[in-house]
Amino acid sequence: MSDLLYGEIENDLRASVREVLGDRAPWASVLAGTERDEPCDAALWRTVAGELGCAGLPVPEELGGAGATWRETAVVMEELGRSAAPVPFLSSAVIATAALLAAGERELLAGLAAGERIAVLAVPFSAAPGDVRTTVEAADGTLTGEVTSVADGMAAEVLLVPAGDGLYAVDAADARRTAATSLDMTRRLADLAFSAAPARRVAEGTGAVRAALRTGAALLASEQLGLAERCLDDTVAYVKTRYQFGRPVGSYQGLKHRLADLWTSITQARAVARHAASCVAADDADTPIAVAVAQAHCSAVAVKAAEECVQMHGGIGFTWEHPAHLFLKRAKADAIALGTPDRHRAALASLVDLPPA
Amino acid sequence: MSTAPPDADELSRRAGEFLAAHDPAATEPLEFLRARFDAGLAWVHYPEGLGGLGAPRHLQPAVDRRFAEAGAPTNHPERNGIGLGMAAPTILAFGTEEQKRRFLRPLWTGEELWCQLFSEPGAGSDLAALATRAVRDGDAWTVNGQKVWTSMAHEARWAILVTRTDPGVPKHRGMTYFVCDMTAPGVEVRPLRQITGEAEFNEVFLTDVRIPDEHRLGEVGQGWRVSTTTLMNERVAIGGSAAPRESGMIGVVAALWRDRPELRTPGLHDALLRAWVETEAARLTGARLRQQLTAGEPGPEGSGAKLAFAKLNQEVSGLELELLGEEGLRYDDWTMRRPTEVDFTRRSPGYRYLRAKGNSIEGGTSEILRNIIAERVLGLPGEIRVDKDVAWKDLPR
Repeated sequence: MSDLLYGEIENDLRASVREVLGDRAPWASVLAGTERDEPCDAALWRTVAGELGCAGLPVPEELGGAGATWRETAVVMEELGRSAAPVPFLSSAVIATAALLAAGERELLAGLAAGERIAVLAVPFSAAPGDVRTTVEAADGTLTGEVTSVADGMAAEVLLVPAGDGLYAVDAADARRTAATSLDMTRRLADLAFSAAPARRVAEGTGAVRAALRTGAALLASEQLGLAERCLDDTVAYVKTRYQFGRPVGSYQGLKHRLADLWTSITQARAVARHAASCVAADDADTPIAVAVAQAHCSAVAVKAAEECVQMHGGIGFTWEHPAHLFLKRAKADAIALGTPDRHRAALASLVDLPPA
Repeated sequence: MSTAPPDADELSRRAGEFLAAHDPAATEPLEFLRARFDAGLAWVHYPEGLGGLGAPRHLQPAVDRRFAEAGAPTNHPERNGIGLGMAAPTILAFGTEEQKRRFLRPLWTGEELWCQLFSEPGAGSDLAALATRAVRDGDAWTVNGQKVWTSMAHEARWAILVTRTDPGVPKHRGMTYFVCDMTAPGVEVRPLRQITGEAEFNEVFLTDVRIPDEHRLGEVGQGWRVSTTTLMNERVAIGGSAAPRESGMIGVVAALWRDRPELRTPGLHDALLRAWVETEAARLTGARLRQQLTAGEPGPEGSGAKLAFAKLNQEVSGLELELLGEEGLRYDDWTMRRPTEVDFTRRSPGYRYLRAKGNSIEGGTSEILRNIIAERVLGLPGEIRVDKDVAWKDLPR
């Protein structure tokens, strides 16, 4: 059984990331950022990825990283989930980094680890770990084709594109990029088109893409955990102070019991997310099952937490001025991202020998 | 007498020495169990002389494994869960030296089984509302009242009993806790037949039962405090098991799914996978809880574990019946029996479905557990209490 607790280093890391996000990404500024036409909060990204060294956590020291593991990265994901911070951490520091680690691509990796460059894997954000279909063709060192709904596609400087017989790196300036209006306002999508774009092959086959999507799905569970915790914390604080019929609404059993159930689900999500992060960190044989369980479970918990947050805040929870909607949009998009719960349950069915009817 | 508490290596050495001196195959089981208790290898975190060595609690499983692997006789914990899980820690915390020496050894060896005389027809979730009266009479107490849902009362030699000794003060303050001799005159145990057809538990009628004052546990009027210790240990006992993947109900249904393709439908497939994921999440949560306990940082996760277990057991046992279809219409046996342990896997799917309905009631209802989580973990305001400062005798009943 993997270690499901947090170590001292992880607790210290959490404290410093939470402090920075508290200063630099309070919800009011996250909300204000959604009204601006910027693909992400570039200054915040430089701080978290570069100055705090979070982007290089899983990268070996000889490649400019911290030589830690995906477990520590998962703690950063929890904190980013708590704030719905608009930074391309999942896209660049997790998914693209995992692809490059699997590919053994040193040059690009060093820039990513230092937080100096942003790369994204050019697949639809909804792609599940088993999805390796490609809509892009490779010929004579160029790529042609289209990819839709790529997370942080506008923020990226490097696009890692699965095409033909491998994975290619394309300079973002060589692609035609269109910003999409995204359900999750804090992690925006882009549609990409390549027309004989110059490309360099960084990996053969589909192994790097599979590893990237699997690692992304594993760590997304930690983001979902952090988001759910934040929603519960905010809701508990609110129902203690909101009076109706002469008493705090949090004294009504109708709400107390729902919050107790939510707390129980989040407690489970923590164990499940830690197990998934530990499994990818150790390249454990249990990883595929751990990831499928984590996505099937944590997606539902995060959505439920955000929905309860909106509902229990009453009218204020339905307004633009309250952060609940940022979390609901992030939670629902996260449930679709990297495979819906149903896709993960289907994957699980074959992994644990429970075949369909 | 040792000075420092023994560590894992020291316990392993002592267990090895004990097993070398007492061949499990050649020693009479009861003699073996008594000797193991006397060697301090029964529950290693208990004090010396009371079955333990004052070692850290988390070292117990390794000792148990060592004995199991050597083929040592067991003390049949499945038959004495209340004794081992609830009576023993309460006696240890509140008993006199004489009480500890009298009760703990035959309790641990299984020579004496225990039951718990807590719930009453008018006091279940609201335990402190209980009405069983104990009246002081010289060196003894005279007890009158009725208890209910008492598992193992028909087998038990002793009971932990909580009574009302002062009706003139608010309900939590007028209670006193005793050890009750189940063979004493005036103790009548009647089977209480339940939803499954069998009588797993009982009603217990107490009519002028004499309990000597030396069988009082804790001070007069301190019964609520003593009971709280029992109840906390009850939830630890329920939430603390280390089960492998696909154990329990989900394992039963998964095996059925694999063995009987003709029963499969798309809707049940989805329900099965959802339950599989939930069960795995509950299992990992239990593993994390144990890791926290071992690291000496216990969290409040235990209260959620029982809540989740009850919900899942009910869902999955219901799923099994639907999956079976026509066979699910049948039941194995409605004969009235008085079992001494609950074993889901040895009975029919119908039994499993019906018995699981008790999981959200026994050991604290799911509603009470949600209140506990909401108030003690999340810090939400308490329920409005109309009974708090009212003398017990003036409360509506």
